[in-house]
Amino acid sequence: MCGMTITEKILARASNRERVGAGDVVFANVDRVMVHDVSGPGVMMVLRELERKGKKVDKVWDPDRVWIAEDHFVPAVDKIAAENIVTLERMSERFGIKRHFRYGMGQYGICHTLSHEEAMVLPGEVYVGGDSHTNTTGALGCFATGMGHTDIAYVLIHGKIWFRVPETLLFRLEGSIPPYIMAKDIILKIIGDNGTDVANYKAMQFTGGAVAEMPMDERFTLTNMTTEAGAKNGIIEPDEKTIAYVRERTDRPFKVVKGDEDAEYEEVFTYEVDRLEPIVAKPYSPANIAYARELGNIEIDRAYIGSCTGAKYTDLLEAARILKGRRSKVRLEVLPASQSIYMRAMRDGLLSIFLEAGAVIGPPTCGACCGAHMGVLAKDEVCVSTTNRNFPGRMGHVESKTYLASPKVVAASAVTGRVTDPRDVG
Amino acid sequence: MRGRVHKYARDNIDTDVIIPGPYLKIMDHNELAKHAMEGLDKEFVKKVRKGDFILAGRNFGCGSSREHAPIALSYAGVSAVLALSFARIFYRNAVDGAYLLPIEVGEDAYNGIDDGDELEIDIERNEVRDLSKGRVYAMKPFPPLIKRIIDAGGLFNYTPE
Repeated sequence: MCGMTITEKILARASNRERVGAGDVVFANVDRVMVHDVSGPGVMMVLRELERKGKKVDKVWDPDRVWIAEDHFVPAVDKIAAENIVTLERMSERFGIKRHFRYGMGQYGICHTLSHEEAMVLPGEVYVGGDSHTNTTGALGCFATGMGHTDIAYVLIHGKIWFRVPETLLFRLEGSIPPYIMAKDIILKIIGDNGTDVANYKAMQFTGGAVAEMPMDERFTLTNMTTEAGAKNGIIEPDEKTIAYVRERTDRPFKVVKGDEDAEYEEVFTYEVDRLEPIVAKPYSPANIAYARELGNIEIDRAYIGSCTGAKYTDLLEAARILKGRRSKVRLEVLPASQSIYMRAMRDGLLSIFLEAGAVIGPPTCGACCGAHMGVLAKDEVCVSTTNRNFPGRMGHVESKTYLASPKVVAASAVTGRVTDPRDVG
Repeated sequence: MRGRVHKYARDNIDTDVIIPGPYLKIMDHNELAKHAMEGLDKEFVKKVRKGDFILAGRNFGCGSSREHAPIALSYAGVSAVLALSFARIFYRNAVDGAYLLPIEVGEDAYNGIDDGDELEIDIERNEVRDLSKGRVYAMKPFPPLIKRIIDAGGLFNYTPE
């Protein structure tokens, strides 16, 4: 009998089993659950419907395991969005949910950034969120996955949910990361080579020297984009960096889980990252990749630095290094992923660099990444963006065009007004 | 189940075209239904009738976890989506919320069935019958848990053994 992967071990523990294997269906206990201003009101609608049918819903299974983010349509973009925020307020009050990150009241931001920045989730835990990019948090070495509001409502009442234990695809990222390469280039390369459904229903696990070398912020980019390969979860086994990162943020106890030596992986992929070149995903798929240097004739109208994938502190820092002392030739937007990142960027002088480059700096929000607000695109407008999706209409008009890239490529492109390899701006 | 099929012969029909992002703040199901498939086919909501089906390629429903996607389709009238494969969150949302049936079919059905064909779906016999052409295709049987949740009428009506 072979050993278990980290994903299998976490799900075995959570479902009170000695062992589980890929394909097993389990009802697993959930450690942490998150809703935001889209999924929270959806959950409340499901609960109201249950009450209408005569089921009493006066409490959630454990309010201390539930947390709330406000990120998609905030600050409230219109009356409906404002109502949804009021619904979240009622939800936290009614169920006694203490961890609710409110905009305009200190720390708040995009849920996937808060999940790790605020240590809402810890290594070894089972974490579900009402958002597809919940996979992000798996870089802490937890099982993190996204689902819809009916499933989240079920978790709120029962504290558990069904999972099919996923097969694991193991990605070995070897070599040293060149200074012009970021995790975004690596994950776009992986998605481009293998397709947007290579990991459907499966886990994507990352390991190797290049992962060890990455700061946590970069690891979150890898796991965030596993959603774009269809993955159920993205995961990285904890190392000293992970533990230090978590310990800086909480003294809540956790247990580090690692896979067995003889764990079974469905497939192993190896990438030598020192050979990579900066990569861009063209419209209308994250798998539609090309080298940035091949796209030098693409003129852009917008450069967007934002979202859970591309507005962490490291993302802003790398963009600022390129933009320092330069002017953007196109409309440039910067939206830090959380209030704390915003404040750190202010203290460290990054905001001055962006402002002097001509950028508009927006509040932490999902913003235009999901076409909600804060600079959505018009018909035929071309944007180079640090976000994670470029489907038709994702950032605005269905005939707008989004090129996905690393913060370095976006900053370099802003400087030249064309898709640009960061090596070509010096 | 009987209905007419709307065929979109492409892979990766994502949740952003099924129900575009700006509508995510809307919680009213009938309002969402007015925008079903808007990013791909603005005429869809005018054409679709109650009980109709969608036929598509691989990875239907990829992208967001928005339950608005199966809700919009369901309230627009769609009772089942037939596809070569489904993205995982769309699949579990469709089943757990009991909005519509996500039915995996093979290349034979995908290639043989045309837009506008009248279909009959039998999930007990795992058959898709093309009544317009007089042909029968196999559908992939639902995994046992999925079938039990479907039979119960959604996750909240299902009692785990």
